[in-house]
Amino acid sequence: MSAPRVDAIVEVRDLVRQYRMGEELVQALRGVSFTVQRSEYVAIVGPSGCGKSTLLNVLGVIDRPTSGTVAIGGERVDQLSDARATEFRLRRIGFVFQRFYLMQALTARENVELPLAEAGLGGAARRERARALLEYVGLGRRESHRPSQLSGGEQQRVAIARALANEPALLLADEPTGELDARTGAEMIALFRRLNADGTTIVVVTHDEELARAAKRVVHMRDGSIVDDRRAEADRR
Amino acid sequence: MLLTLAFASLVRHRARTILAVLGVAVSAGMLLDMVMLSTGMRESFRSLLLAQGFQLRLAPKGTLPFDTEATIRDADSLVALLRARPEVERVSPVLGGQLHIPTSAGTVTAAALGVESSVQGDYELVEGRAPAAANELVANDATLRAIGKGIGDTVSAAAGYDPQLRGLSGVRTLRIVGRVRFVYMAAEQRGASLPLATLRAMQGGEASDRISLAMVRLRPRTDAEAMRTEVGRLLPRVTVISTAEAIRQVDERLSYFRQLAVILGAVSLIVGFLLVTTLMTVSVNERIGEIAVMRAIGVRRGRIVAQIVIEGAAIMAVATPVGLGLGLVTARYLNSILARFPGLPERIDFFLFQPVAAWTALGLLIASGILSGVYPSWRGASLAIATTLRQEAVG
Repeated sequence: MSAPRVDAIVEVRDLVRQYRMGEELVQALRGVSFTVQRSEYVAIVGPSGCGKSTLLNVLGVIDRPTSGTVAIGGERVDQLSDARATEFRLRRIGFVFQRFYLMQALTARENVELPLAEAGLGGAARRERARALLEYVGLGRRESHRPSQLSGGEQQRVAIARALANEPALLLADEPTGELDARTGAEMIALFRRLNADGTTIVVVTHDEELARAAKRVVHMRDGSIVDDRRAEADRR
Repeated sequence: MLLTLAFASLVRHRARTILAVLGVAVSAGMLLDMVMLSTGMRESFRSLLLAQGFQLRLAPKGTLPFDTEATIRDADSLVALLRARPEVERVSPVLGGQLHIPTSAGTVTAAALGVESSVQGDYELVEGRAPAAANELVANDATLRAIGKGIGDTVSAAAGYDPQLRGLSGVRTLRIVGRVRFVYMAAEQRGASLPLATLRAMQGGEASDRISLAMVRLRPRTDAEAMRTEVGRLLPRVTVISTAEAIRQVDERLSYFRQLAVILGAVSLIVGFLLVTTLMTVSVNERIGEIAVMRAIGVRRGRIVAQIVIEGAAIMAVATPVGLGLGLVTARYLNSILARFPGLPERIDFFLFQPVAAWTALGLLIASGILSGVYPSWRGASLAIATTLRQEAVG
């Protein structure tokens, strides 16, 4: 592979991911190649089992490809050791999950503080940054609430604030509106738009047409391959 | 943050955590008891032997003190020889026997010790005074109760029973001058002490120059073992036992107790360990999604391990003081039962509390608490993040 282009925040080449499910060898990704530019907002869509979540996991360095290369921010990440991969995720990747996955024992602010603490930020600075992020996602007054005291939309906002904690190069979201009603989903879409407008590079996997429409670029996948990759009309203009 | 998560995880399942703490506390209590048992009797014997400050004991050749009815002949010259040694501070000759005291309800028999009051080390005065005249006697509570007498009363006592004449022999009228507690006698064992010369006279000509035992107190900074060898060389007709030797012999006799204590202690520790490991494994399984997310957002593997280990150690840390308290209460209760064990001195404790026992139990429990978190934490930290999140999402 030639040296990754630094203007491309994500550069994927010939990505193959196979895994065994019982006796069967599943081909989750079949030679996927694509790039994501800095400040792009990409939606990956496709039917269930097409490999989009697997692609997201490989981009998020929580899964390793069987073959092919992945570079994020100019750094090869497809063969990192566990310790390096963990450090990379902490500093460069933000994850948003369908089920929010907040720590139930911690308050909203503490949940946001978790990756900051892991990155070694001191107590006062950590609290200040967590408060600022919660303010940014519109939850400034809910910082002391625990997840069980927040609505689904609010929990997802906390999860987004947590994902942004260490100013990641890339925000990855797996069906972020999947557990939300239409109105809350729309609020989330607006938040993602604002995040992108503020410079965050976003790759989102979704079945939600509204969320996909909000992206500047939509990548269609089927059977582990990219079958269509187009930019939104407004963006092309 | 780590501590908050660990604490929150324990509090989330309060009932389960409390039950685990109680389970571990019982195990910790048992462990403390077993540690106390494994060293308690030995230490108890040691302090008993040293209580009166006598480091050497001379018994008839080949016997232990009062193990048989054998006596040492030419005792007076032996005692004089010992007293002439510059290393010797005090020699207490003791003649053992029995006293038969007729009462309205029958004859009461008590163990009798003939001693020299000024140098004796067999009893502690509780009330009254030590015998000063030939016809004076001190006795313990069990004897006084049995004969229905007290200080100031006189009794008619015999040193023997003649089966041919079917009567008592060596009868004397003695005055009770003190109430005492015998150091080496068993609980509830009847005992009395009178001047050595009086008991010898009551026992008859055979006993005139005999003793059962001589206890020797050495001057400070005298090497007891060297002195034991020296006395053994000078007096080959007796067995010289030092405190260290006596403890070694006690150790030998108590080896079964110690093995039992070690085995039961190990079982207690294993039960506590398995209990916490099981709890932590169940807890990790329940939080597998949470752990996968923590890993996904960049929490280091070591941090996950530390959190789970802290949870295990916290259970142990809370349970241990409860368990140690429980162990002490149980030990006291068991001691009160075992104090009535036949033939053992009243002062012997089976379960002797020593700080080292508590520290040993504490150390073992903390180590066990940390180890109990290792397997569950390793499982939690080693999970495949993507697979776990996929399974959690499907689940």
